[in-house]
Amino acid sequence: METFLAYLNEAPGTVLPGLMFYVLAIVLLYAGVMVITARNPVHSVLFLILAFFNAAGLFLLLGAEFIAMLLVIVYVGAVAVLFLFVVMMLDIDFEQLRKGFVRNLPLGLLAGVVLAAQGIMFAISWSFAEGAKEGKGPTVLSSATNTEQIGQVLYTHYMLPFQVAGLVLLVAMIGAIVLTHRGNTGVKRQKVAAQNSRRPADVLKLNSVNPGEGV
Amino acid sequence: MDSSVLLNLGMQLGWLILLVLMIVVPLLITVAYVTYAERKVLALVQLRMGPNLVGPFGLLQPFADGLKLIAKETIIPTGANRALFVAAPILLFFLSLVSWAVIPFDVGLVLADINVGVLYLFALSSLGVYGIIIAGWASNSKYSFLGSLRSAAQMVSYEVSIGLVIITVLLLAGSMNLSTIIIGQAGGITGWYIWPLLPMFFIFFISGLAETNRCPFDLPEGESELVGGFNTEYSSMTFALFFLGEYANMILMSAMTAVLFLGGWHSPIPGDDVIPGLVWFAAKIAFCLFVFIWVRATMPRFRYDQLMRLGWKIFLPFSLLYVVGVAAYVTFFRGAL
Repeated sequence: METFLAYLNEAPGTVLPGLMFYVLAIVLLYAGVMVITARNPVHSVLFLILAFFNAAGLFLLLGAEFIAMLLVIVYVGAVAVLFLFVVMMLDIDFEQLRKGFVRNLPLGLLAGVVLAAQGIMFAISWSFAEGAKEGKGPTVLSSATNTEQIGQVLYTHYMLPFQVAGLVLLVAMIGAIVLTHRGNTGVKRQKVAAQNSRRPADVLKLNSVNPGEGV
Repeated sequence: MDSSVLLNLGMQLGWLILLVLMIVVPLLITVAYVTYAERKVLALVQLRMGPNLVGPFGLLQPFADGLKLIAKETIIPTGANRALFVAAPILLFFLSLVSWAVIPFDVGLVLADINVGVLYLFALSSLGVYGIIIAGWASNSKYSFLGSLRSAAQMVSYEVSIGLVIITVLLLAGSMNLSTIIIGQAGGITGWYIWPLLPMFFIFFISGLAETNRCPFDLPEGESELVGGFNTEYSSMTFALFFLGEYANMILMSAMTAVLFLGGWHSPIPGDDVIPGLVWFAAKIAFCLFVFIWVRATMPRFRYDQLMRLGWKIFLPFSLLYVVGVAAYVTFFRGAL
């Protein structure tokens, strides 16, 4: 059944990948716009998740399946969950948010213009791969899966930056815990080791009581 | 756009839909009979009869239940966020079905034999939390919200150890393709990864119980504290979708256990090719499902702090150590990959 699908994919005039690109790109743009225009902050986060998803889909179309899966696992599966968690717990006054929109508009526009300018400059000086402009698929450099390829590069050429990045993240993690951890006093906690090491002989005493005498 | 392009597109989509139906229809029938099996096994454990009136041995009971749920009225609470309230069960059900695209049932019998199959499964299982958290929030009910928060924290915590367990399997197999992982376990029962990774197998299975919100980790729907947890406000078909999704996820967890640790379609007897691989795979899934139900019948529910302690202070450090151990073994005793 794989072969029949492959045959259809190879057949001249197949439009499914191209169609998928436009579907994903349109939904991605729509979701991106809705993230900043949605009235309800929870809806904003959900649209952000939709945007991540479609970006992952675009990576898949490029043949970068490892990056696509990492995007879903890290951003959608972990970061956005915590985001949603916080936004749902916050007691947000929607009217107050509306007012802030006009005040922050110039700053937002400035940031947007700078980003757009950078993007345009980047796009002009971009060197395209052979056949990319004709809409051909990605050029496959070797037979290794791209997980293997990323691993080969990451653990040889970029070993030091990779490890340093890991250390920076570790420091940030410990920092966050230190900043937010308050040593609560007066909280009763379970001491599992102490409970498990209790023996009947230490805590139980059996008295045989004669009737009418008491202990 | 000429007609051959449209014909090609139509054939592609039609063929895909046919393949999807070939997986989804048997899956849904299996889900129906897992609910039946659960009631029967629980009944036998508790010395009861279980469902025995609808059809021979009560075999039509799941369909009667399904019909009842469809016939009921869908109630949407007044304060609920209508769109998200309806979308949440659909999302959960959808996610529980799409994961099956990468599960290899037999040699070559897989819808999408992708290179990153394990990551795909891991990504989708981490998305399941959205269905629950959206359901809890959109219901606009305290019980639902508390249930969904519990569930989110629980699923995020146990995903960490599931991820580390999966890494140990990947290290042994040297591939993220599920078919390659199964092929690496050829050669009878001794070739299965359950033996070198026995502690990881138990951690994976227990984390799977937590990930699917099953007993003894079914705190998100703890009926004695939260009425019904995240699905308190749901009725009729929306509730049925949650139910179907939960059981499909259980079967998926069992299938993942079978693929990663129990040799997938391989027979436990080396050189045996009388019984088809599909039967062995189904038998392994059925065994795992039985253990799921067995655990439910025997274990009392965990307290929430105990659940978190188990995930973060016991499973996480232990599986991390095991990853280091397996990596060292693969590098020094097997030669680098």
